[in-house]
This record gives sequence, C-alpha cells and structure tokens, in this order.
Amino acid sequence: MSYTYPTTVPESASDPDPSDPHYQPSRRDFFVIATGAFAAVGAVAFVWPFVDQMNPDASALALASIEVDVSAMEPGQSITVVWRGKPVFIRYRTDEEIAAAKDTQLSELKDPVARNDNLEAGAPATDENRAAAGHEAFLVMVGICTHLGCVPLGEAGDYNGWFCPCHGSVYDTAGRIRHGPAPENLLVPPLTFADDTTIKIG
Amino acid sequence: MQGTSEYTPRTGIERWIDKRMPLPRLMYDSFVSYPIPRNLNYAYAFGGILSVMLISQILTGVVLAMHYAANSEIAFTSVEHIMRDVNYGWLLRYLHMNGSSMFFLAVYVHIFRGLYYGSYKSPREIQWLLGVVLFLLMMATAFMGYVLPWGQMSFWAATVITNLFSAIPLVGDAIRTWLWGGFSVGDPTLNRFFSLHYLLPFMIAGVVILHVWAFHVTGQTNPTGVEPKSRRDVVPFTPHATMKDAVALVAFFLVFAWFVFYMPNYLGHPDNYVEANPLVTPPHIVPEWYFLPFYAILRAIPSKLGGVIALGLSVVVLFLVPWLDTSKVLSAAYRPLYRIFFWVFVVVCIGLGYIGAMPPEGGYIIAGQLLTAYYFIHFFIILPLLGFIETPKPRPASITEAVLGRPDEPGEPATPAGATAMPERRG
Repeated sequence: MSYTYPTTVPESASDPDPSDPHYQPSRRDFFVIATGAFAAVGAVAFVWPFVDQMNPDASALALASIEVDVSAMEPGQSITVVWRGKPVFIRYRTDEEIAAAKDTQLSELKDPVARNDNLEAGAPATDENRAAAGHEAFLVMVGICTHLGCVPLGEAGDYNGWFCPCHGSVYDTAGRIRHGPAPENLLVPPLTFADDTTIKIG
Repeated sequence: MQGTSEYTPRTGIERWIDKRMPLPRLMYDSFVSYPIPRNLNYAYAFGGILSVMLISQILTGVVLAMHYAANSEIAFTSVEHIMRDVNYGWLLRYLHMNGSSMFFLAVYVHIFRGLYYGSYKSPREIQWLLGVVLFLLMMATAFMGYVLPWGQMSFWAATVITNLFSAIPLVGDAIRTWLWGGFSVGDPTLNRFFSLHYLLPFMIAGVVILHVWAFHVTGQTNPTGVEPKSRRDVVPFTPHATMKDAVALVAFFLVFAWFVFYMPNYLGHPDNYVEANPLVTPPHIVPEWYFLPFYAILRAIPSKLGGVIALGLSVVVLFLVPWLDTSKVLSAAYRPLYRIFFWVFVVVCIGLGYIGAMPPEGGYIIAGQLLTAYYFIHFFIILPLLGFIETPKPRPASITEAVLGRPDEPGEPATPAGATAMPERRG
C-alpha cells in the first residue's frame, strides 16, 4: 500500500512515513478504516426504519376474511363486496356465459394461466380452474384490472364479460384477459364455500 | 458570479454587512448589474414568470394547508369547507389549482424556448439537466397535489399512476404496496402524498437556485445564438430584464386571472367533485391537461411494461438532448431544417395531448401510436441527423450587428450607463 499523504498524524519522528515506498500499514490505519466502515454500515442500516415505515402497518395487515351470503342471488346477477379495501366481484353466471367460457380454447387466451389463489401457480386457465370449485356458476374475482388498477365494468366488452374503461382491456365471461393492455387474468382470491349459499373470501 | 463585482456599498451599514455576509453584493451582481444580451425577446421572460408562479403556489399552498385535513374520511369535506366556509377560501383554492395549470403552461413555453434557441448546448448542459430535474419535481408535486382533494379523479389518478410501478419486473408489486402503505390506495397513501406535496416545492426552490446559478456562470443564450462579444452586446439586468419580465408577467397574470375569476373549473374535471369511491371507476379517466401527451404515449403501447417504459423514456429523453443534437449552431433562426422540424414537433406534442384526452378506441389508438413513434423519431433520429445534413445560414458577427442590421462600429456610443462587466471577464 502506498499513500500520498498520511491518513493519521505521526506521533513522533520514529513513526513510519506513509510516503515511504516500504511503508507497512499500521494498527492505527486498520482502526481508522474499520471505524469508518462501521459508521458507514450503521448509517445505511439507519435508513431502513425510514423506508419501512411506509410499508403496510399492523392495522392494515390485520384484515380478516369475509363471509358473503349469496342465497338471494339469481343467475345473471352480480354483486361487489369489499375485501382488503378492494372490490371483489361475485357473479352468478348464466348457462350461456358458462358455455361461452368453456368453448374458448386455451390457445386463444392472452394469459393461459388460471391466476387462481386456490390452485397451484401454473394451473391452466380453463373455465373449471377459474370458477369456484364445485360451484361452476359462481365466478369470484378481485375486481381490479391487472393493467393499472381500475375497476372493470360488468357485462360489457366484446365477450360480454368485463371491460375496463380506463385503457380498454377486455375480459371474457371467465374473467380472462382477451385483448387490451392488461397482462393477466383477473385474480381469483382464496375462497371456500362455508355452506351452499355462503362464500368465505380470504 | 465570479469576476469583477460592480457593487459599491454606500452607507456605513452596507459596508458593515458587506464585510461579514455579502448577500447584498450577491443580489446586486446577480439581479441588477448582471449583463444580459440586449436582444432577448419575450420568450425569455418565462424563467422569471416561473419563479413568480413558484412563490405564488407556495404562498397559496401554505395557507390552504391551514384549513385542509389529510385524512381520507374528511379530506373531501375539508376542501368543500375551504370553498364555502373559509374566508376567501374559494379564491385561494382557485388560485392554487389554476396556478398549477399556469405553472405548466409557463414551463412548456420555457422548455420549447430552450429547444428552439439551443439553450441546452455547450456550455449550458448542466443548466439544462437541472431544468429537466425541475420538470420532474414539478410533475411529482402536481400529481400528489391532485390527489389531495380526494375526489374520484384524485383517487383513480393515484391508483393508475402508482400501478405504473407494478410493471417493474420482480419488485414491482412490493414497490406498489410500499407506495400505498396498504393493499390499495387509502388513508396512508393520502397522508404521505400530503407530506411530500408540502416538501417538494421547497426542493424545487433549492434546485431553482442551482439552475439560476448555472446561467449566471455561462450567461444566457439569446435569439442569435452568438455569445456576447463586447459591452455593446449586453445591457444590465435591471432595469432592462426586470421591466421586460414585469410587462410579460402582467400579461401572463391577465390570462391567469381570467381562468381564476371566469372559468375556474374549466381545466379541471367534474368527476373530482364526487368523493373518492374505491368500488367505482369513472367511465372516462384522464389526467390534467398538462399530462395528456405523456398519457397518450403510455396508452399507445399495447403492453403494460412497454407502455411504462415509453412513458418514462419520453421524459428521460430530455436529459439526453444536449448529446442527441449534433449541430453546433444554437439558434433555430439560423437552422433552416431544424426550424421546420421544431414546429412539426410542437404540433406532434399538441396532437399527443389531444389523443390523450380521447377514449382509447378505434382511430385514436392508431393516431396515438403514429404520433408516439414520431415523438421518439424526432429525438433519436432527426436531431442527431440534422447536424450532419443541414447547412446553417450565415450567422451575424455579433448580437449588435444582428440588432442594428449592419456591422457593428466600435466608435458608436456604448450601451446605457450602468452596463457592466464584459462577459469575457467572467468565469
């Protein structure tokens, strides 16, 4: 190591001169560098509380699941409920809508993955994998366009499914993206049927 | 601010201060004796107008904050409270909300002025870069301010813009949640936006000081693009620039006042007088007019990540302009081809603004894509190429020659008394 100027003040004339080509780093050089490095790491570590305070707080994380009574719903009706501050669509689909969704080949889909939190990650986006398990007439989805987060309009668009008014994404009767800028199908949240007419979301 | 100072303290107090903290000297040298080219036109008045608009926005904003509540339960009501109950609240709010539009109007004229007269060229690159930083800070401030009234447009603008970050691969969703402080736009989002909306204007003021400092080192450009060469090419800042800026400011304030008093909501959107509802997106959401061209670019790309990249690039490309333009000639007045392409570019930007306001369907999509393509072609192909194929017109030997229309004769009387340090004597 060679220095062009001393990093520490020599205490006496007998101290090594850092500009000497044969100079060996001293114990004091080690302390100076170690202290500086420790201070730098400490300063960086102290940034974290200032960053992390912006993440969801304990009250936001403590959101419970919800139960929805669907006994009053008739085929062709939809309701929107709020789960974790987001709209969730529950649609009691008509036979024509189910048939249209089933007739669609996977190769026609922009996103061939089910996006269903109740299934494993790579499950194909068939109508069975999109509809509520055991209740294929019920379609339950987070009502947030996967493009930039607007709420799509129901029974609209070229496939009579959902249409996002913000940037023109079109979803079919199984909530699958068919065209427009959205990259993914509408998300199916974790759900179970508590009984035949009660859906538990979350 | 280097070189010879023209400041002479006249009283004992001035001398006492000057020895200890020469702020009066700095102000005198920067805004009184500072030499400016004698041929500056009204396009050069917008820097001064922008400074006044910044002060105006800070003043009205500070008093609005005395009555506003950054809580999603009562934010909307508190804005109506300002409009109906607070003394002159309607005036202060209309000044602030139309003030942001006037601020952007002025900054766009200022930026296009810079593009026309080559204000970004050597040695003024840093000044230009600082200007683009200011523009970005302005955009962030305006966006967060728009969220505060917590109307439908506020809420959905916040949702769409924060969702842009979710397009980033891998960490996008985590960044979006971090920005929100929850799983959707909500009370934590509103609170932090208010905090930052109050902070950023002061950061803008800080960068404005650097921006002004930079042009006091290099000197201003001028419509000829020829640097001042003698005392006859310059006049002192005060009274010449001060008075000309004041005249421009009065005209500008006429337009401002017309909006504030006669059509205060013309530039806004009626949906923002409906309280935010997370379950219903308004059928047609558009940003404020000053973001429309960028919104059109976002929508032109039929892919989420692609659209976000194009949007980012459309602003970031301004940082590259000093190096994309290969011509050494500053002023478009002497660049016959660039001058045409400049005005085509202005029309394309206005066209993008129009497309941004239209629904994303049919011919509007195709027109938006063509205009977006041209926007980038202008910067990445036309600007670099023009420097090589264009033959500039002969430029005048000096500013004075351009002003008088004949060669400058050194025997003529110099500029009025008070004309100051010659530019070549400054750093």
